[in-house]
Amino acid sequence: MTWLSIIIAGILTYFTRMTMIALVSRDMLGDRIKAVLAYVPSAVFPAIIFPAIFINDYGTFIEMNDPKIFGAIVAIVVGYFSKNVIATILSGLISYWIILFF
Amino acid sequence: MLSKKQLFTRGMLDVAPHMLSVIPFGIICGAIGIELGFNPYLVYGMSIIIFGGASQIVFLQLISGGASSLIAATSVGVINSRHLLYGAVLSEYLEKLSFIKKLLISYLVVDQGFAESNKFFKKNKSEQYLHYHLIGTGSTLWVCWQISTLAGIILGSFVPEELGLKFAIPLTFIAIIVQDLKKIDHVIVMLVCGISSLLFFDAPFKSYIIISPIVALFAAALLLRFKK
Repeated sequence: MTWLSIIIAGILTYFTRMTMIALVSRDMLGDRIKAVLAYVPSAVFPAIIFPAIFINDYGTFIEMNDPKIFGAIVAIVVGYFSKNVIATILSGLISYWIILFF
Repeated sequence: MLSKKQLFTRGMLDVAPHMLSVIPFGIICGAIGIELGFNPYLVYGMSIIIFGGASQIVFLQLISGGASSLIAATSVGVINSRHLLYGAVLSEYLEKLSFIKKLLISYLVVDQGFAESNKFFKKNKSEQYLHYHLIGTGSTLWVCWQISTLAGIILGSFVPEELGLKFAIPLTFIAIIVQDLKKIDHVIVMLVCGISSLLFFDAPFKSYIIISPIVALFAAALLLRFKK
């Protein structure tokens, strides 16, 4: 039963990946829509970032002094100026650990 | 003009830094499945059949919490529906490919691969074999995801939970969009998405993950109208 639902979940996921790539052609998307689609990364990734920072494992809001907020701010500043993915992730993690453990 | 191999390698290199978050996340994902008492083959099978990080964890947690398999499968579909948006963006660059190639390459589209390949595509529109960059990012992520979930299944959670390595996930995505903070319209769209995701966090089937991008894209459409 669980296997069956994994396969269904896999098919659903594959369709979310394939539908627009395989079935949409350039002419179907007007210039207006293409201009809006240019915002997709900015419109999608905060939906992963915000809950991962501001909501804890129990589904409630974190305190304002949570180390994740400090880590995220450091990562944003370092990422903005360094333009380097590794520096962004490491600076965020290390500053988070410093607050968490000391 | 870059060769297929050069584009593939470039894709691998562009996505490689994200392994810092993908590998710990894969280990956590594999280990959680075993901790919740699932059959190891089943936990690993998900990495091939679904191949979608957060949705795999949600699936396992729902099933072990007593949810029906229908609800679990629906949740996976809803969480992963954001790929529809990635596909819409990528379709412009992949339209010259044959239908079969489009079907095959679709399997490899995931968050970080989409993000890095999309950045590359925007700057190198004229390259003939652009899709090799996407194959490079996608297959690198695929291989690392398989190895790391397998490691989590076999070795258990050998990454101590106290380290809070889950925090690497939002950091990876911060790294992806941080340069767009230079543009005020993008900042507004990000804030609309982020705040909506907190407001809709309790919506059924984790649908906040697709509701808030849609709200944010409407905001983007409004902004474009003001700009004119």
